Amino acid sequence: MKPKDTAEHFILSSSPHAHADSSVSRIMLDVIIALLPTTAAGIWFFGLPAVWTVATCVATCIVTEALCRMAMKRESTIGDMSAIVTGLLLALNLPAGLPLWMAVVGSVFAIGVAKQVFGGLGMNPFNPALAARAFMLISFTGPMTTWLKPLWWKTPEAMTTATPLALMKGLYAVDCTASATPHARHALEELPSLCDMLVGNMPGCIGEVSAAALALGAVYLLWRKVITWHIPVAFIATVVVYSLIAGGAPAYAQVLTGGVMIGACFMATDYVTSPTTSAGKLVFGFGCGLICMLIRQFGSYPEGCSFAILIMNALAPLINRWTRPRPFGAK
Amino acid sequence: MKTVKSQFKFKGGVHPDYNKELARGKAIERMPVPAELVVSMSQHLGAPAKCIVKAGDYVVKGQLLGERNGFISVPVYAPASGLVKSVEPRFGPAGGKAPAVVIDTTAAAPEGVDATERTLAPLDWKTATKEELLARVNDAGICGMGGAGFPTCVKLNPPPGKRCEYLILNGAECEPYLCADHHLMLERADRVRLGVEIMRKILGMPAVRIAIEANKPDAIAAMEKAFADIDGNVEIVVLPVLYPQGSEKHQIFATVGRVVPEPPALPIDVGCVVENVGTVAAIADAVEKGAILLSRVTTVSGDAVAEPKNVEAPLGTKYSDLIAFCGGEKGRVAKLISGGTMMGFAVSTADISTTKTTSGLLLLSGRRVFQYSSQACINCGRCVRACPMNLNAAEIAKAVESDDIKSAEDAHVMTCIECGACSFSCPAYRPITQFCRRAKNSIRARIAAEKAKAAAAAAK
Amino acid sequence: MTTAILIIAGIGLAAAATLAVADICLSVKEDPRIGLVTAALPGANCGGCGFPGCDGYARALVAGTAPNGACAAGGDACAAAIAKILGVAATATEKRVALVKCCGTRSEAIRVGDYNGICDCNVAAATAGGDKGCTYGCLGYGACANVCPKGAISVQDGLAKVDKRLCIGCGKCVAACPKKLIELVPASATIHVLCNNPDKGPTVRKVCGVGCMGCHLCERNSGGKEAGHFTFQGFLAKVNYENPPTDEQIVAKCPAKCMSVDPHFETGH
Ligand code: SF4
Ligand code: SF4
Ligand code: SF4
Ligand code: SF4
Repeated sequence: MKPKDTAEHFILSSSPHAHADSSVSRIMLDVIIALLPTTAAGIWFFGLPAVWTVATCVATCIVTEALCRMAMKRESTIGDMSAIVTGLLLALNLPAGLPLWMAVVGSVFAIGVAKQVFGGLGMNPFNPALAARAFMLISFTGPMTTWLKPLWWKTPEAMTTATPLALMKGLYAVDCTASATPHARHALEELPSLCDMLVGNMPGCIGEVSAAALALGAVYLLWRKVITWHIPVAFIATVVVYSLIAGGAPAYAQVLTGGVMIGACFMATDYVTSPTTSAGKLVFGFGCGLICMLIRQFGSYPEGCSFAILIMNALAPLINRWTRPRPFGAK
Repeated sequence: MKTVKSQFKFKGGVHPDYNKELARGKAIERMPVPAELVVSMSQHLGAPAKCIVKAGDYVVKGQLLGERNGFISVPVYAPASGLVKSVEPRFGPAGGKAPAVVIDTTAAAPEGVDATERTLAPLDWKTATKEELLARVNDAGICGMGGAGFPTCVKLNPPPGKRCEYLILNGAECEPYLCADHHLMLERADRVRLGVEIMRKILGMPAVRIAIEANKPDAIAAMEKAFADIDGNVEIVVLPVLYPQGSEKHQIFATVGRVVPEPPALPIDVGCVVENVGTVAAIADAVEKGAILLSRVTTVSGDAVAEPKNVEAPLGTKYSDLIAFCGGEKGRVAKLISGGTMMGFAVSTADISTTKTTSGLLLLSGRRVFQYSSQACINCGRCVRACPMNLNAAEIAKAVESDDIKSAEDAHVMTCIECGACSFSCPAYRPITQFCRRAKNSIRARIAAEKAKAAAAAAK
Repeated sequence: MTTAILIIAGIGLAAAATLAVADICLSVKEDPRIGLVTAALPGANCGGCGFPGCDGYARALVAGTAPNGACAAGGDACAAAIAKILGVAATATEKRVALVKCCGTRSEAIRVGDYNGICDCNVAAATAGGDKGCTYGCLGYGACANVCPKGAISVQDGLAKVDKRLCIGCGKCVAACPKKLIELVPASATIHVLCNNPDKGPTVRKVCGVGCMGCHLCERNSGGKEAGHFTFQGFLAKVNYENPPTDEQIVAKCPAKCMSVDPHFETGH
């Protein structure tokens, strides 16, 4: 005497019954689209090795994500495309020509350790790509700081070189405000021209060199409302103001070289690891810029962008708490 | 009288697809009395009315079915004549059971029963006293028809020491699909005008603000015409199109720039009374004609109903009858919603009846329905930006998810108006609003338990 | 030299005296029995006794404002131990355990909607009364399991089940259930009616294959109305736990199949 269960039920859910139609995968797709110009620029400047690095990182991240979810017996999350974003961001933060096995190790670390161990997308306290980069920088210091010359495949004489950042670090040691010493003058002359910095014709990580391509991607993200202006503006403004006060290399060089552009527009704006409120985002961006510049001036590494963002990642929950919005009508 | 643009924009809010074109332009149709009515004793906020009829009684249209039961309560009348089949607990749309009178309207009146409709004596509002008018509003069974169903006579009678400075007429109708208020303003503008004059008298001549969203230019024009020769401080305030413009607090802010403090503060604490246009029209009828509130205009709409309509149906009409009156279902219905898409209730059956607060009935096909998911929050901040109460909705939802009601309370969850803007915006499809509800429920339960304990201790 | 020693000794003596006086004057006398009673309580801090934690109950016991025997978790042994400490006779208590009065599993009781939302009975019940056809039955979203301090409740096949051996009878689940279908019953009772639907038989049958129809057969088979083993609420049989039936034969004879012998599921804990 079992009652018949009519097959078709209405769906019962709590209001609202309407949705903006946004989705995590659409957001991730937008980030991927926004990263395409700089990926293309990186490939143009660094050639085939860049292609391999990008392909390896993306593929490894996807496979690692799938394996991790399987091992944890949870539903697959490949569809949300966050693994692709992590792989792409990691590749763009690596020097071209890095041995591919290192890229594999880094990608496995990014997804396996920095993301899935914490429970997957949304639970990770640190940006997976940056955590992996920091891990690789410590483990493979040599290869991670060996830079291909841009467009080496056109003029294949000297293949590797130093980054502008290393040169700029030297500038802090000397007094370059008073009529510059020969050393400093030399370093300044060695710096790429402003134009080269904008298009990306300088040594560096695959995705960080072309400021113009990064700006294009950032504009796309702003237009799609994927990110808000707060973090990038606060980050870059802090870098500019700091370099105006502290001297050293010119402000435009501080912004356009190294990881500041990609960091401010793509890494620091990672939702999961940055504050949710506008005020929190401004604090977060300011902190990133400040720590980045402190490391550039006083740290033992020439570049401090990744570490700055990682440190601020750790502070994000606190910032969230400090900057909790005041409810409408609350005292 | 003049028309002005809203000077104040609240933070947050969202732009859902309005889909109003479905029922807009469909003149209000009066629905014939269906064969069976199920009249709930709990059509308003507060204590359910006390049922005074029993199975087997013959009731006449306008006859009292349930008495007002306490201060925050309104009486319930028979929307049509018929035989009481039973009095039994029935589900309302919100999921609670309340006693309901089931009336067979096809039964003939027994010998000797005067079957003429019962009405109240018409009142001349110009000469009637404030007390007479207030009593009339209550006797006619009028409560807020916008959604919450707060007894209107309570609202119109501010506690001593509080004065109403602004009477705000809520014609925003910011819920998607719904056009009932819109059409009321178009077709019964004179009723609205009269209702406003009566309410103004009851409240001691406050300034009047008529709030209408900018997407209803015809309603604005109709109101301008109806109120053209009114004296005193009356303004039509054109609000920008933004959900939840119709929320009491946000409407007060948008029209007069005042901010209602956190609960338990009420609009009257900042000198405002907000009333829905449907309620106002009902007041006009109750006073001028002595008419009891026995029917209301409901928008039946959605992409799975044959003919979307604005229907004036007797209270207690079953959803299934309403749907049949609108040509029946069109294709498979995936979700049946009592109310609008942002704050309405999904129901499991069409065997539920309309009440004084049923502003809409939506039939949505699978294409218009989305599924919530148990994905983790990606911290994108969209909910925080969307929340009109400026709450950190993500934080609240995460706390409730891990059963940490205390943190949710610290994050001001009690201020949440359950507008749904957060869930609407969440790319991870998290049921944030439901998390807020859950927290509010358990906090309320805890407070009630504490009160009961304190009362028991005091009794000892 | 001697003076110095004397002065130091004097200071020492004075300080000791001050301390001794201070100790007598300032010490808060706590009834040592509070500690003893607290130790005798199970320390589960479940709140079932109605006091904030075991310590709170102990204070009330010592103060004489609470009856001995309110701790369901500790049971008789605990009450006896407390009686020894305080010299207050224990009010005899029977160990009580929670009983979920519903047996409409997903396969037996129909669902009338596809619920899509958070897994919590209270909010599910607030969405059109929940997705279960029977509006009195267990929704199976585990609100009770969430509050149980002992982890005694698990949800299986859309139905909450109590592990009798873990349950301490604190009653938290009773309060948490929106359908109010959990009852604390004597642990010794073995025969139960697992239904909470007072509607007429045919109405019940439309939504559940195992719901009580109020046919009174259980009552008749257990000696009739006079025997008083059952009471009825509408068309729902209820076991009178003051006078529970013992004849297990009646269970098999229930045509609705809503009766059960000791339904408490037991895990291998
Ligand atoms: S439902 Fe509550 S938390 Fe969500 S947006 Fe509305 S007021 Fe804010
Ligand atoms: S909108 Fe959703 S994913 Fe974004 S912060 Fe809010 S809860 Fe998290
Ligand atoms: S017994 Fe009550 S609280 Fe427990 S799962 Fe069933 S309905 Fe929910
Ligand atoms: S099952 Fe219920 S009565 Fe038993 S311990 Fe758990 S919450 Fe307490």
